[in-house]
Formats: sequence, C-alpha cells, structure tokens
Amino acid sequence: MKINVTINNEKKELEIAPDDILLDVLRRYGYHSVRRGCDTGMCGICTVLLDGKPVPSCSIFAARVDGHEITTVEGLPEAKELAKILAEEGADQCGFCSPGLIVNTVYLKKLKIKKIEEVKIKLIGNLCRCTGYVGQHRAIEKFLGVEK
Amino acid sequence: MKEVTRKIPKKDALGLLLGKPVYTDDLAPKNSLIVKILRSPHAFAKIKNIDTLEATNIEGIECILTYKDVPRIPVTRAGQGYPEPSPHDWYILDEYVRYVGDEVAIVAGKDEKCVDEALKKIKVEYEVFEPVLDFEKAEGHSSVIHPEKETHPMFEIGFDAQKNIAASYEMEIGSVEEELKKCDVVVSERFYTQAQAHVAFEPHSAASYIDMQGRLVILTSTQVPFHVRRIIAEAFDIPIKNIRVIKPRIGGGFGGKQAVHGEPFVAAVTLKTGKPAKIVYTRQEVFEATYSRHPMRYDITLGATKDGKLKVIDMQGLSDTGAYGEHALTTFMVAGSKTLPMYNKVDAVRFKGKVVYTNKVPAGAYRGYGAIQGNFALESAIDLLAEKLGMDPAEFRRKNMIREGETSPIFKIMGEGREGVDMVVRSCKLNECLEEGMKLINWKEKFPRKKISETKYRGVGLAIAMQGSGIANIDMGAAVLKLNDDGSFNLLVGATDLGTGSDTILAQIAAEVLNVPTEDIIVYSSDTDLTPFDVGAYASSTTYVSGNAVKRAAEKMKKLIIKEGALKLGLDESKVDFDGKYIYEINGNKKVSLKELATVLLYTENQKQLISDASYVGEESPPPFMAGFAEVEVDIETGKVKLINYVAVVDCGVTINPNLARIQVEGGLVQGIGMTLFEDVKYSPNGKLLTNNLMHYKIPSRLDIGNIIVKFVESYEPTGPFGAKSVAEIGIDTPPAAIANAIYNAVGVRIKTLPITPEKILMNLNKK
Amino acid sequence: MIKFKEYIKPKTIEDAYNLLTTKNAEIIGGGAFLRLSNRKIDVAIDLIDANLNFINEINDSVEIGSMVTISEFEENPVLSKLYNGFLKNVSETVLSFQMRNIITVGGTLYPKYGFSDLITALLVLPTEVYLYKSGKFSVEDFLKTRLEHKDILAKIVIKKENLKTSFQYIRNSEYDFSILNVAVSKGNEVKIAVGGRPAVAQLAYKTMQFLHGKDLNEEIIKEAAKMVSEEIPFADDIKASKEYRKKVCEALVKRALLEVM
Repeated sequence: MKINVTINNEKKELEIAPDDILLDVLRRYGYHSVRRGCDTGMCGICTVLLDGKPVPSCSIFAARVDGHEITTVEGLPEAKELAKILAEEGADQCGFCSPGLIVNTVYLKKLKIKKIEEVKIKLIGNLCRCTGYVGQHRAIEKFLGVEK
Repeated sequence: MKEVTRKIPKKDALGLLLGKPVYTDDLAPKNSLIVKILRSPHAFAKIKNIDTLEATNIEGIECILTYKDVPRIPVTRAGQGYPEPSPHDWYILDEYVRYVGDEVAIVAGKDEKCVDEALKKIKVEYEVFEPVLDFEKAEGHSSVIHPEKETHPMFEIGFDAQKNIAASYEMEIGSVEEELKKCDVVVSERFYTQAQAHVAFEPHSAASYIDMQGRLVILTSTQVPFHVRRIIAEAFDIPIKNIRVIKPRIGGGFGGKQAVHGEPFVAAVTLKTGKPAKIVYTRQEVFEATYSRHPMRYDITLGATKDGKLKVIDMQGLSDTGAYGEHALTTFMVAGSKTLPMYNKVDAVRFKGKVVYTNKVPAGAYRGYGAIQGNFALESAIDLLAEKLGMDPAEFRRKNMIREGETSPIFKIMGEGREGVDMVVRSCKLNECLEEGMKLINWKEKFPRKKISETKYRGVGLAIAMQGSGIANIDMGAAVLKLNDDGSFNLLVGATDLGTGSDTILAQIAAEVLNVPTEDIIVYSSDTDLTPFDVGAYASSTTYVSGNAVKRAAEKMKKLIIKEGALKLGLDESKVDFDGKYIYEINGNKKVSLKELATVLLYTENQKQLISDASYVGEESPPPFMAGFAEVEVDIETGKVKLINYVAVVDCGVTINPNLARIQVEGGLVQGIGMTLFEDVKYSPNGKLLTNNLMHYKIPSRLDIGNIIVKFVESYEPTGPFGAKSVAEIGIDTPPAAIANAIYNAVGVRIKTLPITPEKILMNLNKK
Repeated sequence: MIKFKEYIKPKTIEDAYNLLTTKNAEIIGGGAFLRLSNRKIDVAIDLIDANLNFINEINDSVEIGSMVTISEFEENPVLSKLYNGFLKNVSETVLSFQMRNIITVGGTLYPKYGFSDLITALLVLPTEVYLYKSGKFSVEDFLKTRLEHKDILAKIVIKKENLKTSFQYIRNSEYDFSILNVAVSKGNEVKIAVGGRPAVAQLAYKTMQFLHGKDLNEEIIKEAAKMVSEEIPFADDIKASKEYRKKVCEALVKRALLEVM
C-alpha cells in the first residue's frame, strides 16, 4: 500500500506493507538517524516527532501515519545547537542514542520546561548506557536554560 | 601541555549526534541478503535431524546452512591475544546445542519477511539432554556440556571438559592456614554476583561482501577487528590475507563486542553465495545469544590482628562461563589480580577456584572483567572485618592499602591467563582519593547512619578499587603517521574507538608531540587493510598502550621533519628545531614552514612521503585507582534504596581529555550502580533467559542514579603517554561494595548476593 | 511480531465494530508492545480517525474518548486538574513520555493490564466505562466482567466529586512498571484499590466495609492496612514474590490512608 507522509517538511509517497513498523520504513527510506535499540519501546532511541509530539517509532505502524507529519533529527533546526553543547560536554560517546534524545529534548524546549527534575521525568524513556546521563544533564541544562 | 589536557569535543561528535549514517547497519551494502539465525529452544540437545527443504523453497530464500554445510574447526570467539587463554570449544555451527539461543541454522534471503517465514519452516528433531543450569552443581555433573574430542585449550589453563571445567587456577603466597591461626579477628563470608548484560545500544551487527579482488570484506560492530580477522580465517580455514575487517562507528561495546558474534554467519553466507549479507541482532538475541558477565561466587576469609593490621586474604571462587569458555580463565584471575594488590601488606594470600561450563548464555568480557566481582566480595568483607575490629572502615583501609612506590607479589604471580609482570606502583594517589572522597561525602558527619524519619534511614559506605592499563607483555598497539602537503597528518591506528573518544585522545597525543593543533591530525582507525595492528579496545588499554605507540610514532615524525627541514635549510640537524609551524635555525634566522616543506617534499625537491610508525607493548600495566563513596536512603517498610550521592575520586594519571575521562568514570559508575541495584537476571526452570528485554532487564534510568560527583586526583605515571593511565574500567568497580556497605550502615542488613533489590532488603529486615 | 494483511482506519466506531465482528480482525490500541506478540490476523483496525479522541467536560463529569493518549492527563488543562492533579501525578510516571504519547485510555483499560497504574487509580474514582455494544459498566464491574463477544471501548466518564485521593507505588528502578500499586480515595466512604498484584487491580471490599462509618486514625489505619494485605490475593512474577507484595501492600495502604486521613 502507499502512504503520503510529510517527513522533515518534505511530502513523500512511501510504499509500505500494511504491517510495516514506522521505524523500519524510515530506515528503509534512508532516515538513518532513526535507530533500533530495543524493539519494546523502552529505550527511546527511535524517537521521532509525530505531528510535533515525540513518539517511539518502533511502536507505531507505518500505515497509521498516512496523512501525518514526521520529524527526525535531520529536520530539527534546533538540533545543531543542542548537538554542539552535548559535544562540548563529551556527552555523545557512542552516539547511538543521541538523535532520539535530541528529538525529545528539543520538544521540551517548546514546552519551556525549566526544572531539572521535570526534565528528567520527561526524558526518562531515553536510555543511555555510555554516559551515565550526568554529562547529558550538564548539556541539557544549558540548552534549556534550567533554573539552578 | 597544550593539546593534552584539552577538553575538546570528540572528532566524530557532531556526526554521531546528528544521526549521520555511520554504524554497520547504515553502511552495509544496500542489496545485502538478510541473515537470521534459527536458535535452539533447548538448553542442551543434539540435533538428530534437520530438514530445510520446505524453508529453502520459500520465495526469496537464498541459502540455509546447517552444521553439515560449514567447516567444523574448534575456535574461541573470544577476541584475545594469540594463542588465546580461552579453550577452543566453539564451532560455526555444531550438532550439539548448548544453551537456549545457541545457533542451529543460518538463513539468508532477500528480505526479513521471507527469512522470518523460513525460520518457522525449518524442521529440527532434537535429542534433548538434562541441562546443567546450576553452576554450583556443574562440576562432575552427569551431563557433559563439551563431550566432543576436538575441543581443547591452547595451553595449560586447568581445562577438564569431562568434568565441565573450562579453567581452573590456584596460587598461594605464604601459608593462609598458618597465618590465620595468628590472627585475632577472622571473618568468613560467601558472596554472589550475577550475569550482568552489557546493553550496548547498537545491537551486534555485521555485514560482508566479496570485493573486486575476490577477498572477503567484513564490516562489523567490533572491539577487536584484528582478532576478528584471525578468528574468521581460522574458523573457515582461509588465509588471513583474503580477509579485510572494517570497523565503522560502534554503538557501545563494554566488552560485549570483544568477540566474534555475527561475523561468521554473514561470512558463511557470503562465501557460499558470493553475495553481500548482513545480520543485525534483535535486542532479545543480544540478551539471549551474545555474552553476559561471568556470574561468580566467592568465599572470602580475612584475618587481622586486633590493632587493625590485615594479615591474611583467602579468596576461593567459582565462576560460571555458560556454554562456552570465552574469557573463562582470565576473568577469573582478574578477580584476584585486580583486587588483592590493594592490600599488599598481608603475610599470606591465596586465590583459587574453578570456572565451570553450564547450559546458559555464554559469559564473556565485560567492563570490570572479574575485578568488579572480586571487588564486591573483598570490599564487602573488609567492612565486615573493620566492624568486628571496631574500626572505621575508611581508617582500616588507610592503614592497609597500597601506596605509591610500593609493590605486591601478586603482580608477578598473577597475569591474565599466565604469569604476570613484576612492577612497582610508580603512580598511586589512592590515599588522596580516599581523603578527598571522605570530604566530599562528608564521611565524618554521616558515618555510619542518620535517621531521616520513622521509616527512612540514610547510610554511607565506601570501597576502593584498582584496575590495570592494558595487559603487560601481551597487548600491542601500533600507529602510523603520514605528513600531507598542507602540513596536516594522517594518523592511522588499529586502536578501536567504540564511542569512548579514543580517536580524539590519540590525536591529542600526536598533536602534543608535534606541537600542532589536534584539528590537524586526521585519524583513521580499525581497518585491517589500511591501519597497523592493534589488539583492540579492551583491558583499559587504548590510551596507555596505543597512546604510547602514537607518542613514539609522533616523536619519530618530529625527527623526520627536523631532518628534512635541516636539509632544506642547508643546516646540520643539530642546529634546527621544529615548533609545530616552522622548522627553524636554533640560533639564527633561517626557517621554513611545515606546510612549505611538506609541499616541496611531495612535489619538487628531495621528493618523498614522510611517514613514521611505532609499536608499543606495555612492560607494565600501571593501575588506576579510585575510592567510591555511596550515600543511600533505605525505606524500612518497602526495602527500597534511593541512591542519594555517589562520590568517585579517581587517580588515572594525567587526563589526556578531562571531559572524556570524566564521562568514562560517570558511565562506568552508572553501569556499576545498575549491577548493584537493578540488573536482575532470571531464567526459567528449563534454562530460558527470562530477563531478555528492557522491560524485564532494568538498566538504570536517569532518575535512578542520584547525584554523581566525580573528581580526579592527578598523578603522573612515568610510563604512560604524558603521564596517563587508563580510565575505562575503573569507574565500574566500586558501586557494588560501596552501596552494599552503605545499606548495611543504614539499616544493618548485609546483602551478599547481587543485585540488591528492595525485596532482598525487606525480607532480611524482617528476619532481624 | 503481529502480522496482518490489511490496515484499516474506520471513520466511525460503527464501521470499526462491523469490521471487528465480521472479519478476523483486532483493534490496534496505541500500538505499544505489539512487537512482543507473535500472531497473524487479517485486519488491523486503527481507531485513530474514528473520532474517539475527545475530552469533554459536561456538568460534573468529564468524558474521555478511548483514543485519548494518557499523556493528556499531564497536558490537557481539564484532565491535569482533575481531582487536584491526581491522575496527572499517576500518569506522569507511567513508562516514558514517548510511550504515553501513544498509549491510549482504551488500549490500557480494554486489555485489563495488571501492571497498569491508571486502572488502579480509576478504580477509586467514580468512573464509568462505555462499550460500544455492551453498554455502560462501572470500572470495577468492567474489570470483573468477561465479555462474551468482541467489543470496542468507546469512552470513559469520570464524575467530579469532592474526594481526597492518594496513589502509592513501589518500583525498584523508577523507569519500570510498578511491582505493586495502591490507590485510595475518601469522601463519605473510603475506597482502596490494589494493582500490580501482578494481576489486574481490584478493590479491597472487606476492608472498605470495615472502614465504613469509622473515622480514620492511626490505629484504625494500621489495622486496615494489615487487613488489605490479608484480603487481596497476590502472586509471584518476574519482578517480585507474593510474600514481598503482601508486605509492601500493607506499607503502601498505610501511607495512602494516612494521606487522606
């Protein structure tokens, strides 16, 4: 079947199977920043924005997003600023979980969240095994202007 | 120092953060056959019959390979120096399956759907045996896990397959029995650690294809590209020269990728079909069918005199290597060799035990590599002893621990899989780490406990730790530097950056020697065709071993530049120097820029490519040290532990890149915290791993770790590159014992089996 | 993985129901955890376009369409203020923000998940569940009823009353399902629900009866907490033993009752 999706502000017609998962389809069409970390929606690595809201693309059928809008890290202008701050803290490490973290964090900037505890609650589903989170928090506090 | 100690971002940081296609699955040839593995549903069985006909006929299926279709040559998957200290007990495919998840058949087809369907259509008849699931009953069990005669060790490792023993080891200095009699206070306890999972977020992935010269190229998420090349050559009996292994960017390793996993399966398909092939493990496969940490049991006996002098350490262990003996002996020995030297003033010390096979997920390398298991047992027991002596546990350690300039007989006796290397600890600021940590956690005020409310108590606890920096006399790294016409350099290293930032750190070391900005060093790493040899990223070796190789190569390059510059200037070499930009006359005005010299050398005069190389093998393995302090809050009605603060004070020598060193410690601590509090491993009664996804296997989230404070006490390691030691593993070692000690200090419950769950605490509180 | 041949997004609940009952079809709720199941069907029905994502405040009630995601309890101005933020607090720690953006009210309630925190919380509120064909149930009756045929959860209706509430849970990692959860409400009567037993949440009727007409004080609370832990059946699962759940239940009920005292 065919679906029409706006991905990173570009209109696309994608050929999919009815039971294809969004994550697989995005990767098949070359959106490599969207990565598979766990298959159960727990790791947050495959997070994309669906109509502006962060969702795990491993837990959504591609057919659902017909007529909707998807944004990956490539389509987020604010991603570069956050990436730079994360890099300055050395908080990227292996980088595999970074795009999902960035997508979710950029959304938090829109929500104007300013308390670190609230940030952590909203980012709890973005797991990281390399950094121990501490460096990420140093960077994210700067990016969001978290109140100390 | 200009470039060393600079907090610069990793060279690959922005590419990684912004999601560029850099990992194996992103880079695998587009037309790769999809490879998946049919895995055993039984913990121990023999394949009686396997019928692939119906599955092969499914449209899109390219090939299905069983043990009848691949060479049967015993190898070890462990990526270690050669000859390996791990027994050769693994076959690409075998008629025996030895754990739930063991490989039965390799299926390759044009897409996931047809391969998934084929997996269901393969008919296998098994002769099912009674599995060995309890490692304490493995030795001499009626089920022999490796009955085949081909399985063998490469040298004496105490291997006895008929008794399910993969390795064994024993050493004693002085007489433990005799010295114990002289002790005023003796404690004896038994401790258990679990099969922690690595959970590197990039699942194990590999791709392969035949290049235009007919050679096999393997692209793989590995920590050990050169070992992969050797093991694949061995397993398929093809020459090393016909194989190229490329490591792209890696999504974390932690030891889990210090082995071959998917590589033989894609290689088998590509060799059979001539077509590109790729495998990407599912998360469940990573849990069930790669590696875990070796679960271990330790019986510790400590003896001391009543004035608080530790006199005797006896550690008797049992380690569970699962179905294959990868890293069996070496992880076990490290549990002693990276803990016992901390208490170097004892009169007698013994370390002995066995590593047994079981029909469970194979154990392998994992950050900490035995040291964390040994540390939990020893550092918990030290607290028990201090309490019995009526001493502050910090004071007890201060009195008994190793100091700078001292040695331990353990260094010489215990290496990894063989004898070690005699060495004096040239850099050790462990005492400063302890003092600083006590201040940061406010030990004097908080030890042992504070009552917060009727139901909540806070306690503090500590542990000290050491690691190594590479394996002395075994781990080798090499580097090549090449001058480009604009004065920049290519640095080619076999060292393997897993996301740690080692490419950047090695560039900083080269830049420091050459006095150029790190940005002028272009790093290319881990490609067996293009880069020099390196054992790979393990044993906390890259900064120290590969870093020393880079430093030497850069020093040679500097000499070459001076030599060629002097020629260009028409001066004697002794009269010129190089400052990073110019080759100049020391007492004069003549000078030529590096860029000009480089251009001239390539295009016009005295034409040549300036290239330097160096290798390094550590003659010592200088240990980094740390003191870890946990402050916990325990809810006595639920048993829930809240980690309030964790203070880590580390001596890793000079930090080449302080940001990256700090992240290594923070990341290590959180993995250690996970092992201590959250990462529970459960099997079904018939041997299937139940904690096989991230819903059931809980790694710490960002809300579980409290406040983490990392500080470095700098020392200078004279044998290290610019004073550096390693930092990759040291962070993981202390949390189990420090947190267990803190919980004991808070509520008087001593948990001796990891992980420390609320249930264990509450049930023990209720027993009191 | 769940496999199917057709993915249909019906425009009305009626169309959805017809598909559901005439074909080998299933409703895809939010989509969470679907990769964990392993079965084949003909048709997957997605209710996303069936006008079931409404939140309406009508007099003293709020009706919530079954396709409303549970993140709306945090974000929607009506839902986040309901019972002084009680449901906001409960939902805010359910799994992750991303998952809450796809997990729906219907997808949580209809399968009667034992691990659900939200179900436990709804049990102590005046909540009604509306099924397209089987009609209206109180949430407690819905949980107890085995439907004889396939149905579709259309909406839930939560009445606004003047109740004091408390929600307690025990987890080891904060990012996990609760090992056990307890919800309590107090108006004229006290309601106590226990979930994550690990079976689906239920009310502690005997204890609720015991508390009928009594003023809460520490003594009575202690007795009631003990009573709940005796009354509610628990079992072992991968996360904890029956015995641990029983002990923790007593502590959590005590804490919840003290909060609403």
